[in-house]
Amino acid sequence: MRIARLAGPTDFEGWRKTARALRLAGVTPGEVVWAAGGEGELFADGDPAPAADAPAFTAPRAFVDLAQEVICHRDPERFNLLYRLLWRLQDQPALIQDITDPDVARAREMAKPVARASHKMKAFVRFRLLPGVEPETYAAWFEPMHHVVEKTAPFFVRRFAGMRFSILTPEACAHWDGDTLRFTPGVSRDAAPADDLLEDFWRTYYASIFNPARLKVKAMQAEMPKKYWRNLPEARLIPDLIASAAGRTAAMVAQAPTEPSRHAAKATKPVRDVVLEGTPPSLEALVAGVDGCRRCPLWKDATQGVPGEGSATARLMFVGEQPGDQEDLAGRPFVGPAGQVFDKALAEAGVPREQTYVTNAVKHFKHELRGKKRLHKTPVQSEISACRWWVDHERRLIRPRVIVALGATAALSVFGKATPIAANRGRAIQLPDQAQGVVTYHPSFLLRVPDAEAKEQGFKALVEDLALAWKLAA
Amino acid sequence: MAPLSLKRKLAILSDAAKYDASCASSGSSGRNSLGGKGVGSTEGMGICHAYAPDGRCISLLKILLTNFCIYDCAYCVNRVSSNIPRARFTVQEVIDLTLGFYKRNYIEGLFLSSGIIRNGDYTLEEMVRVARGLRQDHDFRGYIHLKLIPEASPALVLEAGLYADRVSINIELPKDESLLALAPQKDVGVIKKAMGGVRYAIDEGREKGRRAAPKRFAPAGQSTQLIIGADTASDGEILQRSERLYGGYGLRRVYYSAFSPIPDSSKALPLERPPLMREHRLYQADWLMRFYGFERQEIVGEAANLDLAIDPKLAWALENRGRFPIDVNRADREALLRTPGLGVKTVDRLIALRRQKAIRLEDVKRLARGLSKVKPFIVTADWTPGALTDAAGLRGTVAEQPRLL
Repeated sequence: MRIARLAGPTDFEGWRKTARALRLAGVTPGEVVWAAGGEGELFADGDPAPAADAPAFTAPRAFVDLAQEVICHRDPERFNLLYRLLWRLQDQPALIQDITDPDVARAREMAKPVARASHKMKAFVRFRLLPGVEPETYAAWFEPMHHVVEKTAPFFVRRFAGMRFSILTPEACAHWDGDTLRFTPGVSRDAAPADDLLEDFWRTYYASIFNPARLKVKAMQAEMPKKYWRNLPEARLIPDLIASAAGRTAAMVAQAPTEPSRHAAKATKPVRDVVLEGTPPSLEALVAGVDGCRRCPLWKDATQGVPGEGSATARLMFVGEQPGDQEDLAGRPFVGPAGQVFDKALAEAGVPREQTYVTNAVKHFKHELRGKKRLHKTPVQSEISACRWWVDHERRLIRPRVIVALGATAALSVFGKATPIAANRGRAIQLPDQAQGVVTYHPSFLLRVPDAEAKEQGFKALVEDLALAWKLAA
Repeated sequence: MAPLSLKRKLAILSDAAKYDASCASSGSSGRNSLGGKGVGSTEGMGICHAYAPDGRCISLLKILLTNFCIYDCAYCVNRVSSNIPRARFTVQEVIDLTLGFYKRNYIEGLFLSSGIIRNGDYTLEEMVRVARGLRQDHDFRGYIHLKLIPEASPALVLEAGLYADRVSINIELPKDESLLALAPQKDVGVIKKAMGGVRYAIDEGREKGRRAAPKRFAPAGQSTQLIIGADTASDGEILQRSERLYGGYGLRRVYYSAFSPIPDSSKALPLERPPLMREHRLYQADWLMRFYGFERQEIVGEAANLDLAIDPKLAWALENRGRFPIDVNRADREALLRTPGLGVKTVDRLIALRRQKAIRLEDVKRLARGLSKVKPFIVTADWTPGALTDAAGLRGTVAEQPRLL
């Protein structure tokens, strides 16, 4: 029987070196007893010489990760379990993936409470300010459930880098001076400060944030087990909070509503969207009224009505189909992907967008939900007709010389009848109100054309039509 | 009247904040205080520093800047007509409390909300001063959640998002009509516009290839809360609202908060124990929509309510028995996710394990929480449920023991 001694309870490097040497020497798991915490030589009976024919071996990364967790466990059996796993892994490297194997399962079961103990240490350490120490220094007394001080201390350094602190525990202590993390042996609880002025405030907060109408003691204890309570300053309130909960709730339910307080008189009047009735007197009034439009049901699922935007004296007016996802969020027309194509086409055609007026045939975003996406849905005749009221007033107030209908929906709105794009684009169409109309592709149509060449052709046509419209409007 | 002590203010203004269910401190950008002048870190996973006897996680210092409010929302303890003690923190007091609590490792950061004083802009400006002070004067790198005031100006909302990890606007009532009736000053249109603006800013911050990478707007996203049981909304209507909020505004979370008795409550509302089981089922259904590939219509019709006795996935499976049993060794991930008793983690582990070996019932038992709910719906190398899947009494055998919630 060999005795393998490690420098400390979480001496992973020592375990790794020793295990490797033992494995190369062909020492079976049954022949080793592991002891942690001893000083001096690793082996009481000398380092084992590797067997002459020992093959080189490596351990899978997943095992090394798991072993670093397992070694922090309290169970003295952990070293041997890890060695046994290492031994078996040499013949079956895939063993570490088999979570139903008893050794693998046991190791994973041991890793879990270690991770939990480390997490609970991050949660439940309570620092106290050391009185009269300059610069400001804090210390905490904590009793971890496994050997997790070394593993968890770097978390506190990352979090409290600009603060000096010590975490004192019965087994090991961690100290941060703003520059270096040091570990020292464990101490007794008297070494830690007994109180902190802010703890009373913390208890006040703890008691006030608790809702007595929702008492769930088991849920609390599952996450904040009693074994941690003695080092938690707030825990002493728990018995009273539980005992008084039912009475407090009953009192709230029994209490008859009182007369509203004098503050109630100051309550503000609600400000609601006003539904615009009658002829809009100005473009500003029209723009302000779009959001309150209830002429069709599309407003219900949309974020807001998206009014037109641009010059009130524009000679050229663009009418698109409807706002898309981005336009619905931003409250402005043509700001999404189609807007980018539109801007690019305008730039190539030499049309300054700010000298034009850009609007849509339908002012609210029509869509359907697909999972977490809102997918564009083409508006139907009745919605286009309902919204034509707005387009007509925009035309009346702006009096553009030329109106460009972008896409079939816009064409239907502007011309009052279906106007196929391919057959009608590239020329001026006389409108009854003395303006001239041009019909062309909607920029978002170009986004959906799969064939690159066709897409380029379409874009060229769009640019030509925009240039034509700008010329007509001059 | 003598000025209130800081402790008394803390008691009043945390009591007033407890009806907000959210206390999450997770999902933000990873950062720490190394190389900085102050303290603070967020490393992805949130930490609950304590649990109150209501079982809720205490992760953040969740307080109101003030519980004075000019609004009169019937369900709210802070409504203008409520006879409760009122208090107001100064900006500096909130900063000092946050840092004091943080340095003692009580909290992950601050969740600041407020009653509406004067107007939306004034209120949000005060809240932004707290966040700005923590970030700029103290180099605080912990978590900040700011409740936005939807009526505030977009520029102020944008500034709030630069300091906050998460922002939220509570819609509170599932139906537009109930908002109109119970929260006369709230305007669902204004709320939706503000949420839309927040999502627009978040998306813009995430866009790649922007010059000089702007500081990310609210890296932990936005959330909201719906109160359950204060109005007559069905579970279907509630989940329909959630579905639209997730789809339209990319919310990280919708919180459901069972309406619970408040001191000095309004006559307009039911005074009874909060419907905690209903709240629980709604969270389960919400999870099914977000992580299990379910559409809302599959879980519950618009006018219907969830089954309180069994979880919504089990209820769905019992209604769709023709799809079962599922062969654990062959089925795709989607089908496994729809199997009662198998969670996301279990499914992923089963898929990893079946590359190694043929899965037996014992393996499922080891990976899943229990077998009784799963067994009638699966086939393994050594198990087939036979007629069990279609047995008339199945609902009775798989339903969990009633729990008192």
